[in-house]
Amino acid sequence: MTTPMTTISVGQVNKAGLTKNEYRGLPSTLCPGCGHNSIANQIITACYELDIVPENVMKFSGIGCSSKSPAYFLNRSFGFNGLHGRMASLATGAIFADTSVKAIGISGDGDTASIGMGGFKHTVRRNVPMVYIIENNGVYGLTKGQFSATAEVGLNLKHQGINQYMPVDICMEALASNATFVARSFAGDSKQVKELIKAAMSHHGIAVLDIISPCVTFNNEDNAFHSYTWSKDHEAPLHEISYVPKLSEIILQEDFEEGTVREVTLHDGSSVKLKKLEHDYDPTSRWRALQMLEEAQRDDCLVTGLIYLEENRPALTDMYNLVDTPLNRLTETEMRPARPTLDKINAMMF
Amino acid sequence: MDVKKITNDFSITIATVNGSGSQTANVTLLRAFFKMGIPVSGKNLFPSNIQGLPTWYTIRLSKDGYVARRDEQEIVVAMNPASFAKDLASVAPGGAFYYSDDIKFAINRSDISIYPMPTKLLAKNSDVSPNLRDYIANMVYVGVLVQMLGIKMEAIQQALTFHFKGKEGPINSNLGVIRAGAEWAAQNLKKNDPYIVEQHDRTDGLIMADGNTAGALGAIYGGIEFAAWYPITPASSLAESLNVYLPQLRQTKDGKHTYAVLQAEDEIAAIGMAVGAGWAGLRSMTSTSGPGISLMSEYAGLAHFAEVPIVIWDVQRMGPSTGLPTRTAQGDLTAVYYLGHGDKQHVILLPGSVQECFEFGWKAFDLAERLQTPIFVLSDLDLGMNQWMTKPFEYPDVHMDRGKILWEADLDKLNNIWARYKDVDGDGIPYRTVAGNRHHAAAYFTRGTGHDENSKYSEESGNWETNMLRLKNKYDTARTMMPEPILEETPGTKVGLITYGSSEAAVREARVLLEQAEGFKTDFMRMRALPCTPEVFNFIKNHDRIYIIEANRDGQMRQILSGLIPEQAPKFRSAAHSDGLSLTARWIKETILAQEEKV
Repeated sequence: MTTPMTTISVGQVNKAGLTKNEYRGLPSTLCPGCGHNSIANQIITACYELDIVPENVMKFSGIGCSSKSPAYFLNRSFGFNGLHGRMASLATGAIFADTSVKAIGISGDGDTASIGMGGFKHTVRRNVPMVYIIENNGVYGLTKGQFSATAEVGLNLKHQGINQYMPVDICMEALASNATFVARSFAGDSKQVKELIKAAMSHHGIAVLDIISPCVTFNNEDNAFHSYTWSKDHEAPLHEISYVPKLSEIILQEDFEEGTVREVTLHDGSSVKLKKLEHDYDPTSRWRALQMLEEAQRDDCLVTGLIYLEENRPALTDMYNLVDTPLNRLTETEMRPARPTLDKINAMMF
Repeated sequence: MDVKKITNDFSITIATVNGSGSQTANVTLLRAFFKMGIPVSGKNLFPSNIQGLPTWYTIRLSKDGYVARRDEQEIVVAMNPASFAKDLASVAPGGAFYYSDDIKFAINRSDISIYPMPTKLLAKNSDVSPNLRDYIANMVYVGVLVQMLGIKMEAIQQALTFHFKGKEGPINSNLGVIRAGAEWAAQNLKKNDPYIVEQHDRTDGLIMADGNTAGALGAIYGGIEFAAWYPITPASSLAESLNVYLPQLRQTKDGKHTYAVLQAEDEIAAIGMAVGAGWAGLRSMTSTSGPGISLMSEYAGLAHFAEVPIVIWDVQRMGPSTGLPTRTAQGDLTAVYYLGHGDKQHVILLPGSVQECFEFGWKAFDLAERLQTPIFVLSDLDLGMNQWMTKPFEYPDVHMDRGKILWEADLDKLNNIWARYKDVDGDGIPYRTVAGNRHHAAAYFTRGTGHDENSKYSEESGNWETNMLRLKNKYDTARTMMPEPILEETPGTKVGLITYGSSEAAVREARVLLEQAEGFKTDFMRMRALPCTPEVFNFIKNHDRIYIIEANRDGQMRQILSGLIPEQAPKFRSAAHSDGLSLTARWIKETILAQEEKV
């Protein structure tokens, strides 16, 4: 399938006047073939295609293989590789400094679903305006292959034995915490990853993107849930998805022919087109989303696509009635109350 | 009366049940004494509980201006049957014991004056609705004390007007009960004890406030832009004061805010948010107490190592563990000084008064941004939650110092060449940019992992060591910016007393006791920060014996100073004590004299 965006060659400038090269990061030091690298590449492509100026983005991550990856994209964006499981709180504070800067957080299944589960759910519940990507491989890579909380029951790993505990479904956790954007994809499906990233970037609020990203070194047994082979065989896309910026030409795509096309307007006026496959899936129904995930779990299948979207809830920073000037550019006159006010304060004391 | 009157110089303890609404009555008394020009201090000894457990509120009146806690209490008001026996026993000989006459208990002391009070009856006779009677019953003892001590009704009225923000309804109903109590006492009680109050002039120009309110106001005048916090006693009221005063002080004409305050899900998230905000260029803080400090340790290490400005208030309570959440201590000093793993010391400010809580409230932001490091402010429950007399808050005398921050125009001037962790000026402090800077050379990747001058990931030994030595150099630079100690010295004095924080009040009084009673002269130094300025070392060098007085078990400041100047450590004697209460002058005097005998 061809989209108009993918026809742009590397040397060409986008509407921001930048070539794709200017969205790149440092060379990856992750294992060759790691799903995380292809996600980093799709972030680069998505930002390039969205004409986002890299200085208008800030990147956050926790600790783990996934959390190294913000170094591998958007070199011209500020980044903060923080603490294990604590990426979300870092981003929550930083977004108040300049609300016109878009936050992208990269986390892993250990980082989010184990050590950072509390912070994750509270970040979701507050509707922190950020793209929150979980590069989910069901295993701790950087510490060489321990089980993570998303590992399925019965998974057999070389030095760990067989996992006995039920896995955490990150999308379900996000929904349970009232997320306003929940999607799942598979690192091997670059087009869907890219389109979902673009949709997430356009969402005003928390956008949780759980991307199954197989670990080529520690968890890639053919029968494992997070492996390439299993995922390819068991992937059940909810719908074909194509992100179309409002001001660009809408070009029909041949894949849309089957079934009906549903357009969901995003907060910034752009839209996501969802192609329904077998069933009539409504991503605006939280109840339906939870039911679908439950059924998918029962049917042992990996549902990908935009699972849930709610556009009208205010994002965290909207609730604070902030001045228009970015807070980090305020001056002393705006930050320090005038001298006479302190006389009043002193008079208010007993 | 044949006994000699004792005027404006005694302590009153009021024993009540917590949750009974006695706080209004107690603070009304405190404020009335203050309005009469009598130096006062009030200390609330409360349980970690919402309702039903014993609470004591002690008011010390001191014509000479002493505000430290005393062990002795000349007047006790007993409103709680559960603590009645203990309260009765606690009255100093010759003192007065007032009690609610519905408490049936054998009173077996003849060395004190005993005064029953019909609190239930007078509350019942008042015009308040039955559901408020239990609360207003506390005003009966206020009224009885008005009569028996000679408190001016006008001062009581001022205190009530302040407390109820001028609302006539509650002012009048409380005043009604107080008057009824006073009238009843006038008709039914004969004064046998010597304790009275008289108009004095020692509170002119002072205000009353608590350290947490002062700290929050200081932060507001320091330009705070972001605070994240998690509820914890005794620090909660600091963040809550931000929420009270920020809308009044930091709202634009069109109602927009120049700040954000967020209640986080735990202390880890609270400091995480504050670090994120500080990293992105906001004046950012969090406030907590010991257990929160423990949770914040990993982030404190990151902020130190990644060089992020942030202010962290620790309003100390008793630890380790949950400890005694509603009791005071100075027990977090070493934990905070070294907070986090690996080599490091943190910058700590040590306010010793309410006015200083305000002052350090704004100064901490200047220091944080100048030094690009966490600044800890160590207050405690006694300073933070109790009402203290203080000089009015003073407007900052210097402009804000935003530190070495580079914006777009600065980067243009530098021809886009800069390195985040390069020691350009030789003071160990590098230059920084913040997210939102749109210059194409502005961005860098912040990390808690090993990094070179350009903030690139590095496992090179040389890079690691260079960076760590620079951080050490930066800490030495901090030394030049710290508030100097408060010194009182007389040439030739051999013994020096060192203290810090809220222990100052008791140490000052102890010095007078030592000199008056024993002719024992001491010099005095109150430390106000770590790292130490040269004055601290000079003071130590200039004395033969040094007593380090602090409210903890292990003598934590002595431990730190011993490590900093080991050759001077043999001079150090610890006067350290921690039982949940602030130090008393008597304990300090006795502890010092006991050790002096061994000289």
